[in-house]
Amino acid sequence: MSRSRFDQPFVVSTIWTPAGGVPRVSTELKRRDKWGTFKARWSIGRMSYTVEPGLYALGNPNDGSPVLVTANYKMTFDSLRSEVSGLDAWLLVLDTNGINVWCAAGKGTLGTAELVERIKSSGLEQVVAHRKLILPQLAGPGVAAHRVKELSGFRVIFGPVRASDLMEFIRTGNRATPEMRRKTFGLWERTVLIPVELVDALRAAAFLVPVLILLGGIGGSGGFWFNALHQGLFAVTAIILAILAGAVVTPVLLPWLPGRAFSMKGLVPGLSAALAIVAIRGWVAGEWPGLVEICGWFLMLPALASYLAMNFTGASTYTSLSGVKREMRIAVPLQIGGAALGLLLWVGSRLVV
Amino acid sequence: MGRFTYLRNVVTLQLSEDKCTGCGTCLQVCPHGVLVRQNGRVRIENRDDCMECGACARNCPEGAVKVQAGVGCAAAVINSALGRQGSACCCVVESNDSCCD
Repeated sequence: MSRSRFDQPFVVSTIWTPAGGVPRVSTELKRRDKWGTFKARWSIGRMSYTVEPGLYALGNPNDGSPVLVTANYKMTFDSLRSEVSGLDAWLLVLDTNGINVWCAAGKGTLGTAELVERIKSSGLEQVVAHRKLILPQLAGPGVAAHRVKELSGFRVIFGPVRASDLMEFIRTGNRATPEMRRKTFGLWERTVLIPVELVDALRAAAFLVPVLILLGGIGGSGGFWFNALHQGLFAVTAIILAILAGAVVTPVLLPWLPGRAFSMKGLVPGLSAALAIVAIRGWVAGEWPGLVEICGWFLMLPALASYLAMNFTGASTYTSLSGVKREMRIAVPLQIGGAALGLLLWVGSRLVV
Repeated sequence: MGRFTYLRNVVTLQLSEDKCTGCGTCLQVCPHGVLVRQNGRVRIENRDDCMECGACARNCPEGAVKVQAGVGCAAAVINSALGRQGSACCCVVESNDSCCD
C-alpha cells in the first residue's frame, strides 16, 4: 500500500481500517476527469492513463460493505465510481497495466492470479468480515470464480456488464436481469470508438502522403511537380475519403451494412467514396477522369475501406477469433491485390497518353 | 442477437453435456446469451453468437465447456503473422489451448 495512492486527485479523505489507512474516493467526476476520458478516446495518452492499484473506499463502508473489483485504467475507474454515488463499498483496483476490464481479462492480465495477489497485498481480509467480491461480468474471460474461492477463500459474484446497472444489481440482492448480462453494441457505443480508429488510420496514412505526391508526378501532361501537386494531392483526398468510409461510416452504419464479415461491410462505403471522388473531379473541378483512372479509384478505395472496416473487429463486441481468421483469409489477399492493381491503374492512366 | 451476428458455423465452442452439473456459472458470464439451462443441464443455444471470449470455459469447474479463446481482432492476427511481440494491449494472438483451467 504505497503512499502515492493517497496523492491522487480523486481521493478526498482517508478512512482507517484494521489494515491501515484506505483512501476514500470521490464519486463525482471533475472536468479534468472528463477531459482525460475525452483525450483517451482520441488516442492521446491512453496507454498511460492509470490509477494506482490497491484498496479504496466509496462513501462510508464498514466490514459488512460490498467489495467491488475493477481495473486500473482510469476511464474504467471513473466510469465505475461515477455510477455508485450514495453507495458505501470497498473498491479493489487490480493492476491491469492501465487496460480496461474486458481487454485485460481476455489477455489474462485481469486474472485469477492478479485478483488473489491483490486481495492478499491489500489486506482485504482484515477489512471485511464477509468473503464476497463483486466483479464486473466482463472479467469472466480472465477470472475463474471457483479458483479464486480455492486460493483466497473469497467468493466471486459476477455483477452486471455495465456499471450503470450496479446499484440496481446490489439493491435487488445481487441479482442480474438477462439484459444486465448482455453486451450490446449500440450506436453510441460504436461511435465513441471511432476517434481512436480514425486517428490510428490517419497516423498510418501520413506515410502515404509523400508516396502519393511523388507517384502523382509521373506521366500525364504538365511538368513533374505540377502533376505531383495536382494529382498527388487529389489522391491524398481520395485516400482520406476511403479512411472516412472504413473508419467512420462503417462503424456508424455497422448493423445495416450488407455482409456479416466486416471487410464486406466496408465495401459499400468504400464504393461510395470512389463514386464521390470521381464526381468531385468531374462536377467540381470539371475534369472527368478517364476510364482507366476511374477503375483505379474503384479498386483502391474500396480495398482501403474494406481493410479499415476489417480492423474494426478488434474494437467490436461480438467477433470471434475463428471468424476473423476466416474472413481475413479471403479478404486480405483481395485488399492487397485490389489496392496494388488500383494504384497501378492510377499511375498507368497518365502514362498511356 | 439480431443484426449483430458474425460469421456462421465457425466457432470452436464445445460442451460435454455429461460433465455438466448445471451450476450455471457459464450462463452468468456469457455476454451474448449463447448458453441456456434446461432440465438441470446447460446446452448451446445460439452457437453463432459466440465470440470465443472464453469466459464460460474459464468458469466451468468441471471442464465441460471448452473453447479456443482468443481476441477477435484483425490487427492481432496481422501482428502475429508479422512476428510482432504482444503488449499489454490485446493486439497479438497468443497461442491458446482450449481454455479449461
